Amino acid sequence: MLWNTLLLALRSIRRNLLRSFLTILGVVIGVAAVITMVTLGNGATKAVSDQIASLGSNLLMVRPGQRFGPGSEDAAKFKAADAEAVRVQIAAIQAVAPVSNKNVTLVYQARNWSTMVTGSNNDYFLAGNWHLAAGRTFTEAEERAGKAVCVLGATVREKLFAGQNPVGSQIRVKQFACEVIGLLQSKGQSAMGSDQDDAVIMPLRTVQRRLTGSQDVGMLMVSVREGVSIDAAKEQLTLLLRERRKIAENEEDDFRVMDTRQIAETFTSTTRILTTLLGAVAAVSLLVGGIGIMNIMLVSVTERTREIGIRLAIGALEREVLMQFLIEAVVLSSLGGVIGIALAAAASMSLSGLMQVPYLFDPFINLASFLFSAAIGVIFGYFPARRAAQLDPIEALRHE
Amino acid sequence: MSQAAPAGPDDGALIRLNGITKTYGRGTAAFAALRGVDMRIDEGEFVAIMGPSGSGKSTVMNLLGCLDTPSGGSYQFRGVHVERLDRNQRALLRRHFLGFVFQGFNLLARTSALENVELPLLYRGEPASRRHAAAAQALASVGLTGWEHHSPAELSGGQQQRVAIARAIVTAPSVLLADEPTGNLDSKTSHEIMELIAALNRERGIAVLMVTHEPEMAGYAGRVIRFVDGRVASDQRNAPGPADGEDG
Ligand SMILES: Nc1ncnc2c1ncn2[C@@H]1O[C@H](COP(=O)(O)OP(=O)(O)O)[C@@H](O)[C@H]1O
Ligand SMILES: [Mg+2]
Repeated sequence: MLWNTLLLALRSIRRNLLRSFLTILGVVIGVAAVITMVTLGNGATKAVSDQIASLGSNLLMVRPGQRFGPGSEDAAKFKAADAEAVRVQIAAIQAVAPVSNKNVTLVYQARNWSTMVTGSNNDYFLAGNWHLAAGRTFTEAEERAGKAVCVLGATVREKLFAGQNPVGSQIRVKQFACEVIGLLQSKGQSAMGSDQDDAVIMPLRTVQRRLTGSQDVGMLMVSVREGVSIDAAKEQLTLLLRERRKIAENEEDDFRVMDTRQIAETFTSTTRILTTLLGAVAAVSLLVGGIGIMNIMLVSVTERTREIGIRLAIGALEREVLMQFLIEAVVLSSLGGVIGIALAAAASMSLSGLMQVPYLFDPFINLASFLFSAAIGVIFGYFPARRAAQLDPIEALRHE
Repeated sequence: MSQAAPAGPDDGALIRLNGITKTYGRGTAAFAALRGVDMRIDEGEFVAIMGPSGSGKSTVMNLLGCLDTPSGGSYQFRGVHVERLDRNQRALLRRHFLGFVFQGFNLLARTSALENVELPLLYRGEPASRRHAAAAQALASVGLTGWEHHSPAELSGGQQQRVAIARAIVTAPSVLLADEPTGNLDSKTSHEIMELIAALNRERGIAVLMVTHEPEMAGYAGRVIRFVDGRVASDQRNAPGPADGEDG
């Protein structure tokens, strides 16, 4: 009997191709959207944390102000002397790069390019894991005197010099000419979508004197010596900075030391929020798909009620009619779910290639959206039918 | 006479109605469509039900076909009290003993004639080979060989009613219930359908209960029951030798 009921269900699907197609489509769109969004979001999160981890586990970033505390905006900035003190007084630390940034327009001959200049020292290349493709880094004299020299990232070189070797050329930065002394190896796009090669690095003093006009340093990048405990280094660093910033014992830090794990968490929590958001948007489309299914089912309920009346009149049992409709709904929704999963796999693979994030198959979201779509199909396909099957046959037949 | 003695519990009657009532709606809107119907149909009889519109003919047919439930009275089918059966038991009664033909055909849309006729056999759980053979044979017996794979939309009204009759008889029912089977058909087609039904009654011994308002069609039956205002007003045997001919 089950076999015959299955046959009836399949006949009914074949007989109402348009309705079946629309039902499947509703499920396909919803399932594919949810899975694709969540998969891409997971990939982006993974890419960000991978990239930050690749900075090395020995990197610390120190910023003034507590991220969430009140009054963080007016916490005192660091000075170059703070960086110097850290390097000299803490043996566990191998490199300290004070960083100060400024947005400028660079000009070379007829070309110009707007970007952000980073003022720092040679430790910056060490801490940021940069390697030179050509030329050299700063000399001690250049750093001390704030000479107009710079090291370019691959993108800036491309924009200003096309394919030419920039080392030895002069570019204009605001009102002064700056000699290009080095070229960095390309690192490519960061996971957050920014171009890491869109970089110009000058001595800190050069940026402070000629661009920002202030002695402030926005951030310290600190590289901890190999084999030393990160936590111990953080503790020493914090103690030293509290002392230098004259923070009383009962007061809180007015700066924040973050290691790469914490940085990764900060960023991945952002992408995770994004993933959740995208997933929510996609879930809405799943819901809309479900409403589409409901619509189709309700519109067809008149015809189906008469059909149920006919089936009952020629001797079908209520449960046989219901089983048929249940199988029909399950077959359609599952088919839609399977197609949706396949479509999502194809879409997320090609999109993750395009976005340069890893493709991560998430079994939970695949299963969950499949079950959800199946449930929608079953609920909206089955319950109207159940109402009809409980009527006296003559009532179902009279249904207009 | 056909108005049977009410006493004998099982005296071979196919159908026996005693004091059947049916009231539609409730309260002030309540309407008594049947007001105490007594009726007896024997095996193999051909009975026509006539009467003015609204006199309760369809109502009684639906009750006999177990498509609807009476408000009161008793309905025995071969001695079984139908009013005491539950939904499933009534469905099984329809499945095994009753065939129903409607004025509006009531075929499944976009479904071939063969599949429509097969349907009752599917619910009986017959295997595919037997189903196909029986459905094809039923279609042949209503003169539709060669039309098996046409859907209702591709068939004329007369052909659709033939498919419906084939569907009703494919299970070899004990009784065929037909509510104005020729109501939607022209006169020539109506006579063809009546010939078919009369032949089924004659050759297979299927009892036929048929509602019609055309005396010509009632002429095929052996007996005519007249309804007025939800009651049986008269019950007469026809003189033998029905169908005074297509030439009229
Ligand atoms: N579902 C229903 N609800 C209310 N009244 C009905 C219903 N079906 C039939 N009736 C009424 O019952 C009476 C008998 O109807 P019916 O048996 O269809 O008559 P007919 O003899 O013309 O076939 C009519 O007055 C009709 O209006
Ligand atoms: Mg009627």
